[in-house]
Amino acid sequence: MSDVRSPAQGDAARSAAEPPLPANLRRNAPLVPTDSAASRALAAVIAILTFLAALCAGAAEIAVSSAGQWQSSVAQEVTIQIRPGAGRDIEADVKRAESIARAAQGIVGARVFSKGEAERLLEPWLGSGLDLSDLPVPRLIALTLSDDGQPDLKALRTSLTEALPGVASLDDHALWLQRLSTMANTFAGIGIGIVVLVLLATGLAVVFATRGAMAGNREVVEVLHFVGADDDYIAKAFQSRFFRLGLRGGAFGAGAALLTCALAGLLARMSRSGPTGEEIEALFGTFQIGWRGYALIVLIGVIASLVTATVSRFTVRRFLR
Amino acid sequence: MSAGKNTGSLLSGAEEPVVRFESVGMRYGLGPEILSDVSFEIAPHSFQFLTGPSGAGKTTLLRLILLSVRPTRGLVSVFGKEVSGISNNALTGLRRRMGVVFQDFRLLDHLTTYENVALPLRVQERAEASYRAEVVELLRWVGLGERMHVLPPLLSGGEKQRAAIARALIARPELLLADEPTGNVDPSLARRLLRLFMELNRLGTSVVIATHDYSLMDLVEARRMVLSDGRLRVEGP
Repeated sequence: MSDVRSPAQGDAARSAAEPPLPANLRRNAPLVPTDSAASRALAAVIAILTFLAALCAGAAEIAVSSAGQWQSSVAQEVTIQIRPGAGRDIEADVKRAESIARAAQGIVGARVFSKGEAERLLEPWLGSGLDLSDLPVPRLIALTLSDDGQPDLKALRTSLTEALPGVASLDDHALWLQRLSTMANTFAGIGIGIVVLVLLATGLAVVFATRGAMAGNREVVEVLHFVGADDDYIAKAFQSRFFRLGLRGGAFGAGAALLTCALAGLLARMSRSGPTGEEIEALFGTFQIGWRGYALIVLIGVIASLVTATVSRFTVRRFLR
Repeated sequence: MSAGKNTGSLLSGAEEPVVRFESVGMRYGLGPEILSDVSFEIAPHSFQFLTGPSGAGKTTLLRLILLSVRPTRGLVSVFGKEVSGISNNALTGLRRRMGVVFQDFRLLDHLTTYENVALPLRVQERAEASYRAEVVELLRWVGLGERMHVLPPLLSGGEKQRAAIARALIARPELLLADEPTGNVDPSLARRLLRLFMELNRLGTSVVIATHDYSLMDLVEARRMVLSDGRLRVEGP
């Protein structure tokens, strides 16, 4: 072959006159055309689906972390309830229960709710301004558990039942904790389910787009075959094109979701002073998704890109078979 | 003239033929037979023209050699390999030993002239730096040194033709198939391109040029494979 070009090489004057290789010569442009209306539409679809999946994951993360906060705060406390008994001095029973509780292992604090406080707890149900002095309103003692070590609540329950039979009972909130845990798991499950569905929808969109791209680039594929490209090489060319599209769509979608979450957190903080803000804060904490939530959103963006690349590769291989 | 003996070889006939057709028939779907009982061999280092009227089946015959279609009947061997039931990997291996110039050029419009010509080397996953000088040199030799940045839609017919030829030559094929390679160029450039093909043949490449151009064929004493009514006749040395 070198002899074929030898006239060019042999002519010294012509060689000297030849311009050097241009520095800006484009050398490795993608083999499959990337900038088409269909590509932009697919990137937009991936961005929207990623945005929805990321928002859904963010919402599930808020619910799960809020449930976790409630659980940990509820699990830090147990309550002794003293019911008024016939012929018994309820104040003496409360004091007795308090002293038993304070002596128990793993209890670091006990707060006795006064009669007035106990009656105020009933106000949301009975209304204010009522004289409850004739009603047998039970009294509560909130016990704070130590962080380290497991308090022996069974022994405390036995001691209270023995000392104040039929009057005192210990509530460790196990039922509430179980319900909270179930609710948190349900939210997490729904979130994961929706994210999986959205990623599946992304995959299907990519299958159709890839088949469209293959049909639209039939001539490119044919030429690549004729110049010696194998199926794997062609699949890689399409995969790289779709990975870039997926990355662009995923980045836009995840970026929009991050921005939305940050904005929602900001708005929630701004409206915290009002009654609505308090309700929201009571339900969702500070409406912050935390670093874990942000990482989850970024991860979903990355997964959407990888799904796009992998699905396109498989689709091309099937198409070429 | 017996097709089997007409190999067009410039060297001894001891080597295995590059292409061998034995009683090949070809039809598209349920249509009429485009090629009937075609038998011939292309010897290594040989040079031949493939000619015949329009619609005689020249392009189909080239497509059969290129393995882009399979014969309806008969036997096709390329580089000593019988191609029925050939694996995809083996097919790619055979195609890498061929260069092809299409009648309609088949340049990729989104790649520059340089990228189009470099394509056969790029798909072999060679580093761009390893073939850059080679591609530029060939582009300058075919007169496209100043047009290597340009996308094919902006090239003239002749420039596209030359880019397509450069692409076919860049990987130093053992077999070159050219479908009307001088159809869009002026006579002087046609002669220059023919000299390029002959030079390539002198260096060992088997060349098959499909053409209508009798004035071009008259410039070279070479075997002529004439297709007419789906049948092949071999003329010349």
